Amino acid sequence: MTSFSKSIGMMKNVSTTAEPVATKRTHSAPPPASAGQEDTWLLEPEEELRARVSDLEFWYGDGTQAIQKLNMPLVDKRVTALIGPSGCGKSTFLRCLNRMHDLYKGVKYSGEITLMPENVNLIELDPMVVRLRVGMVFQKPNPFPKTIYENTIAGLRIRGIKKRAVLDEMAEKSLRQAALWDEVKDRLHQSALSLSGGQQQRLCIARALAVQPDILLLDEPTSALDPIATARIEDLLNELEGQVTILMVTHNMQQAARISNYTAYMYMGQLVEFNETDALFTRPKCQRTEDYISGRFG
Amino acid sequence: MLNTPDDQLRAAVTPAPNFLRKRAMIDKLARCILFAAAAVSVFVTIGIVYILVSESLVFFENVSLTEFLTSTTWTPLFAAPSFGIWPLLSGTLTVSAIALSIAIPLGLLLAIYMSEYAPPKVREAVKPVLEMLEGVPTIVYGYFALMMVTPLLQAFIPGLPGFNMLSPGIVMGIMILPYTTSLSEDAMRAVPRELREGAYALGYSRFYTAIKVVIPAAISGITAAFILAMSRAVGETMVVAIAAGQMANFTFNPMEGAATITTFIVQVSLGDVRHGSIGYQSIFAVGLVLFLMTLLFNVIGFMLRRRYRLAY
Ligand SMILES: Nc1ncnc2c1ncn2[C@@H]1O[C@H](COP(=O)(O)OP(=O)(O)OP(=O)(O)O)[C@@H](O)[C@H]1O
Ligand SMILES: [Mg+2]
Repeated sequence: MTSFSKSIGMMKNVSTTAEPVATKRTHSAPPPASAGQEDTWLLEPEEELRARVSDLEFWYGDGTQAIQKLNMPLVDKRVTALIGPSGCGKSTFLRCLNRMHDLYKGVKYSGEITLMPENVNLIELDPMVVRLRVGMVFQKPNPFPKTIYENTIAGLRIRGIKKRAVLDEMAEKSLRQAALWDEVKDRLHQSALSLSGGQQQRLCIARALAVQPDILLLDEPTSALDPIATARIEDLLNELEGQVTILMVTHNMQQAARISNYTAYMYMGQLVEFNETDALFTRPKCQRTEDYISGRFG
Repeated sequence: MLNTPDDQLRAAVTPAPNFLRKRAMIDKLARCILFAAAAVSVFVTIGIVYILVSESLVFFENVSLTEFLTSTTWTPLFAAPSFGIWPLLSGTLTVSAIALSIAIPLGLLLAIYMSEYAPPKVREAVKPVLEMLEGVPTIVYGYFALMMVTPLLQAFIPGLPGFNMLSPGIVMGIMILPYTTSLSEDAMRAVPRELREGAYALGYSRFYTAIKVVIPAAISGITAAFILAMSRAVGETMVVAIAAGQMANFTFNPMEGAATITTFIVQVSLGDVRHGSIGYQSIFAVGLVLFLMTLLFNVIGFMLRRRYRLAY
């Protein structure tokens, strides 16, 4: 057990395969740390971690506390889905991981987001340095008003890479990764705004991948897309498994089940359950998780 | 009839019988008023163009177009008059160029600062000041140029005459600066937040986000701001009339005094030149040139905007 798991006294360190299928809830299992927090479950993954979130709290400039004592591991090179009802703080949490909040006045963090294996606390780093390593894809495609090619390599340019050959190679590689190459290879120098919404979103993914991020954050990347474009992006995320550490917010539980290795369920700024995706959807440990995934909630 | 609560509700939300007719009437009325407003402005424009063109034709019956476009002396009020537009054009272009070389870069920098850097409090304080500056009558700027800026410049540039184009050019630049700033800032602030965040998410700094993403995205609005600034600079009268000396002079040297198209027009229309004389007619011809110049700017601006038009 790490010191981290001790810090939230109620955590059970069980691998899901060892866990008997019959147990669905953990109401009674460990003695609750406090009376109000009767029902949370945090799997300690056996795989290598890329980051660990410890007691993260976050406040917006107006004083709203949107994240409360959040603990969660982020497994290296795996896809983790983040689910939960609207307004529970998924986007807020995601934007802590690339320090996007720092663009706005008066925000406050406490706790730690430790990047592994370097063992540095991301909250103490320069936000710009963090964003050089943690990429993000937004809900609404947001290509820059430039050509497709320039969009793809925008992040490389900002890192001072000038060699044409490198840029060309990376552009092709990341467009291929984003399953967009065949559609755009003959129009690389046209405006990115001439692409369809789904293509624009894949371009944004290519743009984020081109800089080889350590962690890729995706905030409901398919919610504005049709089923075909969605399927393509899901395929792409499946392929990225094993290459990049991915944390993705989604409202679509089938999607979470299809593409993620781990799933985290958030509710009211807190993490309720973190588990392997299969386990979370078929044998949720917490009553609240079960209520949510079975649609009994809200 | 209305026995159940449901019936009562339905009755309450049923429109009055003449509702549709009334709405159609209001619609028609609104359309008429709006059309009338549009028609008036088009009509006024056509009227202006008609007068400019017809009065210019009278002028060109007496003066050949070749002389007008090639001669480099403008002495319409002399006994042996000469009607070459070039001295007025050179004055107009020189003063405008000085003004724009101040107003455009500085306006863009200020706009970047205001939209991307300034904390809301600073912005709220600066915006009204800029708007106030826009409200200062141009004659005040004219005397500011003549009485303060010229002597100041003379301290640095020995031999600078009291009437020169540099001083009014600089002051005109300051005068239209709030205008370009506030229009470019509006354009930049209209760039959606997601686009900025997309840049920051890639590791862009604030400055690179501004110049590589926000400005390209706002380019159509910024171009419009610059075009309007250009039109304003060539059309500006008072500052130049007061501080540049009103002597038509074919030169692009900012150290010399000169007249511009607009200063010549006020000079003649306020002076004792006989109506209908050739000197008087000449103001319509130069006015037409001014009109064509601003029209050209606007067409260029329109085309640039089309070229950069963005669908976000
Ligand atoms: N800029 C802000 N200032 C203050 N409070 C905010 C701000 N943005 C979000 N919040 C609040 O923080 C909480 C979490 O919001 P967040 O956007 O993270 O939810 P979410 O889980 O992403 O929801 P959704 O699924 O609808 O996207 C909400 O209660 C919201 O009202
Ligand atoms: Mg959200």
